[in-house]
Amino acid sequence: MSVPIGWFLAVSAALFATGTVGVLVRRNALVMFMSVELQLNGVNLALVAFSRLHGDLTGQVLTFFSLVVAAAEVVVGLAIIVAVFRRARTANVDELSELRW
Amino acid sequence: MRVELAPIAPELLLVGAGIAVLLGGVLARRADPLAHLAVSLAGVAGAAAASVMLWSREGATALAGAVAVDRFGVVARLVLLGVAALALLLAHHTLARDGELRPEVPALILFATAGMTLLAVSADLVTTFVALEVLSLSLYVLTGSSRRLVSLEGAMKYFLLGAFSTAFFLYGVAMAYGATGTTSLGGIAHALAGRTETPALALVAMALLAVGFGFKVSAAPFHMWTPDAYQGAPTAVTAFMSAGTKVAAFAALLRVLDVALQPLGWDWGPVVAGLAAVSVVVGSVLAIAQTDVKRMLAYSSVAHAGFVLIGATAPGAPGIDAALFYLLAYALMIVGAFGVVSLVSQGERGTSLEDHAGLYRRSPVLAGLFALFLLSLAGIPPTAGFIAKVSVFRAAVEAGHWWLALVGVLASVVAAFAYIRLMVLMYMREPVGHREPDPSPVPRLVLAIPAAGTLLLGVLPGLVTDVLGKAAVLRW
Repeated sequence: MSVPIGWFLAVSAALFATGTVGVLVRRNALVMFMSVELQLNGVNLALVAFSRLHGDLTGQVLTFFSLVVAAAEVVVGLAIIVAVFRRARTANVDELSELRW
Repeated sequence: MRVELAPIAPELLLVGAGIAVLLGGVLARRADPLAHLAVSLAGVAGAAAASVMLWSREGATALAGAVAVDRFGVVARLVLLGVAALALLLAHHTLARDGELRPEVPALILFATAGMTLLAVSADLVTTFVALEVLSLSLYVLTGSSRRLVSLEGAMKYFLLGAFSTAFFLYGVAMAYGATGTTSLGGIAHALAGRTETPALALVAMALLAVGFGFKVSAAPFHMWTPDAYQGAPTAVTAFMSAGTKVAAFAALLRVLDVALQPLGWDWGPVVAGLAAVSVVVGSVLAIAQTDVKRMLAYSSVAHAGFVLIGATAPGAPGIDAALFYLLAYALMIVGAFGVVSLVSQGERGTSLEDHAGLYRRSPVLAGLFALFLLSLAGIPPTAGFIAKVSVFRAAVEAGHWWLALVGVLASVVAAFAYIRLMVLMYMREPVGHREPDPSPVPRLVLAIPAAGTLLLGVLPGLVTDVLGKAAVLRW
């Protein structure tokens, strides 16, 4: 007995949507960044599910690419957030307002 | 199995030069920064030579279909490498002046350039994704490289929105893979062409990819990061990323639209047209409201993304041709404009409109160069910007989108106000304060290159039409 593809996609879409809402409503840079990671995990689930549906490995390979890139993004992102925090003593994007139009 | 590396030789040379500069920075701490610059420029020149060698090899994909070997790729790479060379020279001078020059800067510029050139030739969405990330991650760090708070704040906002857009792009890739069972651009087109009705998944993929690319090319309404990142970054870096990201991301977008999603032309046409119309209007109107030159140029870059999109609405060769010419002209004029700002300002100071008042009295050369670039951005003859605008409007009208050309013309008129106001400030007002522009002659000579290009393309566009015409064919 196997779980139909639609269920995987529903969970994947739910993860992605949770991440999207998180980025849009939260104001702490770290939480926003965690929400992005949630989105990426939603994507990974979709890729693996499609990979099983099509019976080929492209999707799984792409998932590895996405994991590696996400790890690189964590390195760069946290470095930037830490640098900002050291300077401004906050990671709240609304309190950082040097740049306004 | 024999792997042929010639198709990615430019990227290998760029990354190799970048690693050499990084290692040099660690192993020879007292080395002259000029040595870093020389190695970087040698890498860029080598990459350019390697790209030119691919000109005669029209018609294949390499590395298991990951990269395309075509003339479009050669032209896009050469534009990007030219931008990188100018940016390296400008960054070397202005960052050394501001005491912010570290070996990481040229190395990161080289890595970002490698990402850009790879993006321009990617024939598979996996390559597109990796290249997009290589360029974005390098640019996030470059934006924050000066350690001033504005710079870090710009980097953080750029990073958060960039990562957000990457997620959309990747979800789009996943949906495209789900709909067609492949990620190669040619394969997707093949799978979509055989169907009588469009699968819903393919439409979802198209929408998500449009959001992802919209962020990267800074098309409205996905442009929110642009002014913050452009203002926060050291100005030489802004010059690099404003030109480079746009050229590379548009090259990839044109490949996706005209190859992979070509069978869905009727579906993406209105989407691209809508994005184009919103971008030109939003960019032009908000450019007027700015009091900072870097922010004004950032909004103008949103408008210019819209103009390129207007060209891209025309399917096939005419649209690609017009968009390529626009990108070439845009790269020249925006590098030049930000280059002038990097000499007038110092660090984060001196970028407001007021600081440019009376520039003609202080430095007639800089004022003259800036005036030329601004005229080109406004699209006034005899500059490259004028020919570029005419060609995208003509492509749109011939494809039946006359209303879009009309919106574009009206928006150009609005945007011209912002540019001409700055010129009036430079030439007709007395200087405010005592800030003197950078007096060095070398960067002025560097800026003379894009200035000559802007004028030459404006007077004799025929010089490149032949080359661009041969390059405006996309098959994968």
